[in-house]
Amino acid sequence: MKRAELWVGGALVATVVAMALLSFVWTPFDPTAVGSGTRLAAPGWPHLLGTDHMGIDTFSRILAGARSALYVGIIAVGIAALVGVPLGLATAWLPRWASEIVMRGIDVAYAFPALLLAILLAGVFGGSTETAMIAIGVATIPAFIRVTRAGALSVLSADYVLAARASGTPVPAIAARHVLPNVAHLIGVQASVSFAMAILAEAALSYLGLGTPPTVPSWGRMLGDAQTYLVSHPLQAVWPGLAIAAAVLGFNMVGDGLRDFLDPKLREVA
Amino acid sequence: MTVAETLLQADHLTRVYATGRRRVRALDDVSLRVTRGQRLGVVGESGSGKSTLVRLLAGLDQPTSGTVGYAGRPVSGVPERRLGFLRSSVQLVLQDPRSSLNPRMRVDDIVAEPLRSPAVRRELGEIDRAVRVREVLDAVGLPADSMRRYPHEFSGGQRQRIAIARALAPSPEVLIADEAVSALDVSVRAQVLNLLMDLVAGLGLTLVFVSHDLAVVRHVCPDAVVLQGGRIVEAGPTLDLFARPRHAYTARLVAAIPSFRAR
Repeated sequence: MKRAELWVGGALVATVVAMALLSFVWTPFDPTAVGSGTRLAAPGWPHLLGTDHMGIDTFSRILAGARSALYVGIIAVGIAALVGVPLGLATAWLPRWASEIVMRGIDVAYAFPALLLAILLAGVFGGSTETAMIAIGVATIPAFIRVTRAGALSVLSADYVLAARASGTPVPAIAARHVLPNVAHLIGVQASVSFAMAILAEAALSYLGLGTPPTVPSWGRMLGDAQTYLVSHPLQAVWPGLAIAAAVLGFNMVGDGLRDFLDPKLREVA
Repeated sequence: MTVAETLLQADHLTRVYATGRRRVRALDDVSLRVTRGQRLGVVGESGSGKSTLVRLLAGLDQPTSGTVGYAGRPVSGVPERRLGFLRSSVQLVLQDPRSSLNPRMRVDDIVAEPLRSPAVRRELGEIDRAVRVREVLDAVGLPADSMRRYPHEFSGGQRQRIAIARALAPSPEVLIADEAVSALDVSVRAQVLNLLMDLVAGLGLTLVFVSHDLAVVRHVCPDAVVLQGGRIVEAGPTLDLFARPRHAYTARLVAAIPSFRAR
């Protein structure tokens, strides 16, 4: 059951990755060339999913849009993990009172919506893919700190850490040898879930016109563009919507599946 | 010459844990000394302060008051970087090998871990880790092909042998065994216990054997202290504790040992 979830999620993610990779070498039409076909053509041949209001082939744009989604996801999750994991480890070693203060601060940061931060940053620095990635990444840092810290605290109470301390193993070695490998699965789960959130946030920002610039294909922007023609050409909104849903669902399922698959305790029982 | 050298010494140890408003006195004015080559039992039920005592003796926790000393040198209050002498000399064997062995490390890395510690390397000088790991695995009776395997591939008794091998790796003087056989099946308990005894005798180790099981302590330790509620309520030769328990708690522990004799 859980194994199936991992497979389906993995297949969805693999499809999105394959679409992005494919778009680098081949798309049926140029995904940025205006007027490569009739405006708002219905799905058929040669435009499999039709064309948008500027006559750009929708299927090509969907393929190339996968690039933006993954690009934003990778950078945003990368920022969040690179900052959040070390901080999460560090806070696990703080004395209780200091760690309480830090964690309350993180709770406040956690409560601050990523989208709001992105809109704020876009207002200050102008909307761009980079602004969106950084905003989503920064807003996700607290989640990584929390997950890493909680996992680290439980590992630190294990007897193998006590034994390591009894032979004078230094803290950095305990972190690298014992804590990190035993919280890696938690971080992996968080990364998948955050990846899904980042794709969704990117789509939302682009829809609002604060993310990816108009010239670069993006699912969120396609959705925004299609809105105007929603009544006459609803399918133009369905395609990017489906792509976003598939990618988000895929990464979420991978996260869920990983959580169960990588937990050594659950695996031992199985 | 008749006076044996004191290795581990605890003086008036008190440890109070404060959790929120509540304060728990886990250890209350405990003093004991362990001489070189001695096998001392520490008996008590769960919650009697045994594990707290182990942590304090091993320099892994600071007492609220009182001091721990090792071979005449202070341990309590000494910063970790100057505890090198203790880290190479005192090793732990803990209760549950499922929790005392990192599930994501291979056996050779687990056993070699103490040898990587800078404190131990300072004390012992550079030694060939691979050779030493093979030596101690051999000493605890594990096959040489154990090295690249993971803890979950071993039985409970074998896992405890791995933990013992790890403790022996830095050639310690003192082993502190905290309920070292309690988590094991009865059938392998005797084997591991005998292994421990052989190693202690063969290597001339000093042993602090912590257990709730008075029958096991009688088997292992000539001397014992009885802990109850964080205090030492009785101390002396184990046989005397058995034959003539002076404290009601000791008498209860003795009476709790199952016996086949008809009443």
